[in-house]
Amino acid sequence: MEEIYAKFVSQKISKTRWRPVPPGSLQTAETFATGSWDNEENYVSLWSIGDLGNVDSDGGFEGEHQLLCDIKHHGDVMDLQFFDQERIVAASSTGCVTVFLHHPNNQTLSVSQQWPTAHYHTGPGSPSRSSAPCTGVVCDNPEIVTVGEDGRINLFRADHKEAVRTIDNADSSTLHAVTFLRTPEILTVNSIGQLKIWDFRKQGNEPSQILSLTGDRVPLHCVDRHPNQQHVVATGGQDGMLSIWDVRQGTMPVSLLKAHEAEMWEVHFHPSNPDHLFTCSEDGSLWHWDASTDVPEKSSLFNQGGRSSTFLSHSISNQANVHQSLISSWLSTDPAKDRIEITSLLPSRTLSVNSLDVLGPCLVCGTDAEAIYVTRQLFS
Amino acid sequence: MEELDGEPTVTLIPGVNSKKKQMCFDWGPGEMLVCETSFNKKEKSETVPGCPFIYIIRKDIDVYSQILRKLFNESHGIFVGLQRIEEELTGKSRKAQLVRVSKNYRSVIRACMEEMHQAAIAAKDPASGRQFSSQVSILSAMELIWNLCEILFIEVAPAGPLLLHLLDWVRLHVCEVDSLLADVLGSENPSKHESFWNLVTILVLQGRLDEARQMLSKEADVSPTSAGMCRILGDLMRTMPVLSPGNTQTLTELELKWQHWHEECERHLQDGTFASSPHLESLCKIMLGDEAALLEQKELLNNWYHFLVTRLLYSHPTVKPIDLHFYAQSSLDLFLGGESSPEPLDNILMAAFEFDIHQVIKECSIALSNWWFVAHLTDLLDHCKLLQSHNLYFGSNMREFLLLEYASGLFAHHSLWQLGVDYFDYCPELGRVSLELHIERIPLSTEQKALKVLRICEQRQMTEQVRSICKILAMKAVRNNRLGSALSWSIRAKDAAFATLVSDRFLRDYCERGCFSDLDLIDNLGPAMMLSDRLTFLGKYREFHRFYGEKRFFDAASLLLSLMTSQIAPRCFWVTLLTDALPLLEQKQEDIENTKLEMLRLALARNLARAIIKEGSLEGS
Repeated sequence: MEEIYAKFVSQKISKTRWRPVPPGSLQTAETFATGSWDNEENYVSLWSIGDLGNVDSDGGFEGEHQLLCDIKHHGDVMDLQFFDQERIVAASSTGCVTVFLHHPNNQTLSVSQQWPTAHYHTGPGSPSRSSAPCTGVVCDNPEIVTVGEDGRINLFRADHKEAVRTIDNADSSTLHAVTFLRTPEILTVNSIGQLKIWDFRKQGNEPSQILSLTGDRVPLHCVDRHPNQQHVVATGGQDGMLSIWDVRQGTMPVSLLKAHEAEMWEVHFHPSNPDHLFTCSEDGSLWHWDASTDVPEKSSLFNQGGRSSTFLSHSISNQANVHQSLISSWLSTDPAKDRIEITSLLPSRTLSVNSLDVLGPCLVCGTDAEAIYVTRQLFS
Repeated sequence: MEELDGEPTVTLIPGVNSKKKQMCFDWGPGEMLVCETSFNKKEKSETVPGCPFIYIIRKDIDVYSQILRKLFNESHGIFVGLQRIEEELTGKSRKAQLVRVSKNYRSVIRACMEEMHQAAIAAKDPASGRQFSSQVSILSAMELIWNLCEILFIEVAPAGPLLLHLLDWVRLHVCEVDSLLADVLGSENPSKHESFWNLVTILVLQGRLDEARQMLSKEADVSPTSAGMCRILGDLMRTMPVLSPGNTQTLTELELKWQHWHEECERHLQDGTFASSPHLESLCKIMLGDEAALLEQKELLNNWYHFLVTRLLYSHPTVKPIDLHFYAQSSLDLFLGGESSPEPLDNILMAAFEFDIHQVIKECSIALSNWWFVAHLTDLLDHCKLLQSHNLYFGSNMREFLLLEYASGLFAHHSLWQLGVDYFDYCPELGRVSLELHIERIPLSTEQKALKVLRICEQRQMTEQVRSICKILAMKAVRNNRLGSALSWSIRAKDAAFATLVSDRFLRDYCERGCFSDLDLIDNLGPAMMLSDRLTFLGKYREFHRFYGEKRFFDAASLLLSLMTSQIAPRCFWVTLLTDALPLLEQKQEDIENTKLEMLRLALARNLARAIIKEGSLEGS
């Protein structure tokens, strides 16, 4: 069983995100950012996880995470993304999008850029604007895409004062989340259960494709794209249902999996082991979905450490076979073949798990019970 | 109504001159609103500008403490866990499990205390440092009381183990001993350390005889004259009969052995074995339970309950729980010696020794500013089946009353309201009703928060609250021109009336602009279309337009006909439908001849009907 460390932090956590490790480096995740919500003063904070095997100066547990620095954030933190190693983008319930800059030498955070009226409502016939929460943000250096309750999509570029492109009234309902498909294309999910693909190369305010479930229009809350297969997308809905879609084919999901008992807030493919999927929900649970096929060589691929050269070459030669099963494992329309193993990762049921993130063997999640859980042994 | 237990405290409102002006106030769930009025007490009202502020007064500031928040969250988890395992708690393991829960609560209190202590040390200004320190002592007192309640009420230790538990209790709360021990042992010449004898005495007072013996052997090594005496005293310490946890001897056996040992100590004292060393002699007297000798050590004992436990250890080690309160009362009296009166903490502990649970809870409620402690302790004791269902004035029992008060306090907090929900769930009589009232008043600033509140309501089948919240959100959405969101809220609440309202908006927009807005919504309504007639009409009408655009005239025509014949078209739309019918009449396809005829007939009939009505109602024309 993985060892999972919990720490109570006196604020309800709405988002947790690992800081990305520099590409090509052998480091594991060390730092994560969190955003809080529903406080009179909300904060965006940076934490570091302890060194393995050391007891830190306070005599705290080796696994316990420590606060590095934080900064006040106006409004609830609705979404959080690392733009690059030093910059974090935060989406606020006041409709403002802020870029925070981390200064590692004196461990502080400062505001680097802000778009205060990224999202707003206009009433019928009235010129005045009221703020609308910005619900989702996604970054692909140098671009930032945000969506909000006003049904608007904004495309920002870092260091540009105004939005590069805005699609007003892209949706008549609330846009809950957004992700990049291929770089000029994004995919949004909304509260009437539709996925829409937008192509920024095209002019006009129409999506290039709309997919939805037939049947009840269950709102979709989260979306994530498969790291290698850019046409495979997973979404989570208000009824806790996990859907896998192939955006090339048809307008309906490929598989529907009954998952949680309440809203699924986040879904993530593991970035380096995409056969593994993680979901967290309002019902207080966090699930690890393991769709890897149960082939002995395959399981050794996910063991930690490369102990011998023979092991390494073994895995390389298997690459082609592994790749095959990767493609088909999520798109298989027959989950009853028992290929997906589901594990609940939190020790006991708690209040809603609002957010999770995975990087390498590390997982972090935050809950409404004001606790942050970290594990560094996901695959042991 | 009971009499007041103490004088109420006066709080001054800054900026308001209460001598001159009157104030008005209003109660909220956990807070009070106060402001100045223009009424003057003595003279007639003046229009002198007074204090322009409205003040919020809250009694419970603990809820806003950053560190105490962790206490609330962690204990919430323990509370919910306890309620859930209630059904599984049976038989012998029940007591062990309840003791474990109690220990969990206590460890959470201790963790909080530790953090508060660190904060006090690190505090930048002395005022906040003092505040943290006073919080630490309050938490320490809470843990002290809880620990005693655990020993007496939950563990229900019988005579014998009772004393061992009480010893642990005292040792846990006097923590300077360990640091002093480390200090002395670490020094060059331990037995010449200035606090050496204090250390040995306190070790004896706490019943830590092995360590005391080790100290004595250091003294013996250094000073040969007292070596002999140290050895004898050390032997006495070693041979004191103690009930050890795994021991199978009966209480009577223990008493006999102890009596024998006590006589041996007495003999040494009479023989003057330790006469040449006043320190050793006083130690011997302590071990004989001599009250005067114990009282000489008031400073080291520090409080009366330490005095009590030491006294029991050395004079009545097999004390029975029901006899505790005699010794407690006399210990308190002897220790205070008439110089000072008992403090609230002393009264609470005394009530515990008297096994008067209700008195303990009552005193704690008065002394503490927050309901956290009494609510959780009472709930745990209730699980131990120790509280009679003692009805209070308004019908619910004490446990429920305290939980309701605590949960209401949580709901007054902008963020901790989510914890309050679970507490209401476990109040069988008034919990649901309280939750219904509180949950509607939570401000909903974002859709995500609204979704969480709705989920809470739906899980508890509070359909009224679901509808009212969804209506509020749908109205907001309509005002912001987010018709898709409005529709999605009315679908969730299964609110047909609102769905009709939204559809009317769409149709009105169509009439004004000649085209549909939000086609992505209308084209993809799916089964939600059935929610209201107007919505169905909207969906079908749009479908008609699509058919026409795709030149599927037969389908368009039959759909239009069915729209006209079914009763779902709104009256105001009839003209539009008839106008739409006109171009279809021009079509020259064979297969729609019949349909055309039908439409003509219908249109004429309706027109005729309207003409008749119009004619008949024209006045004098």
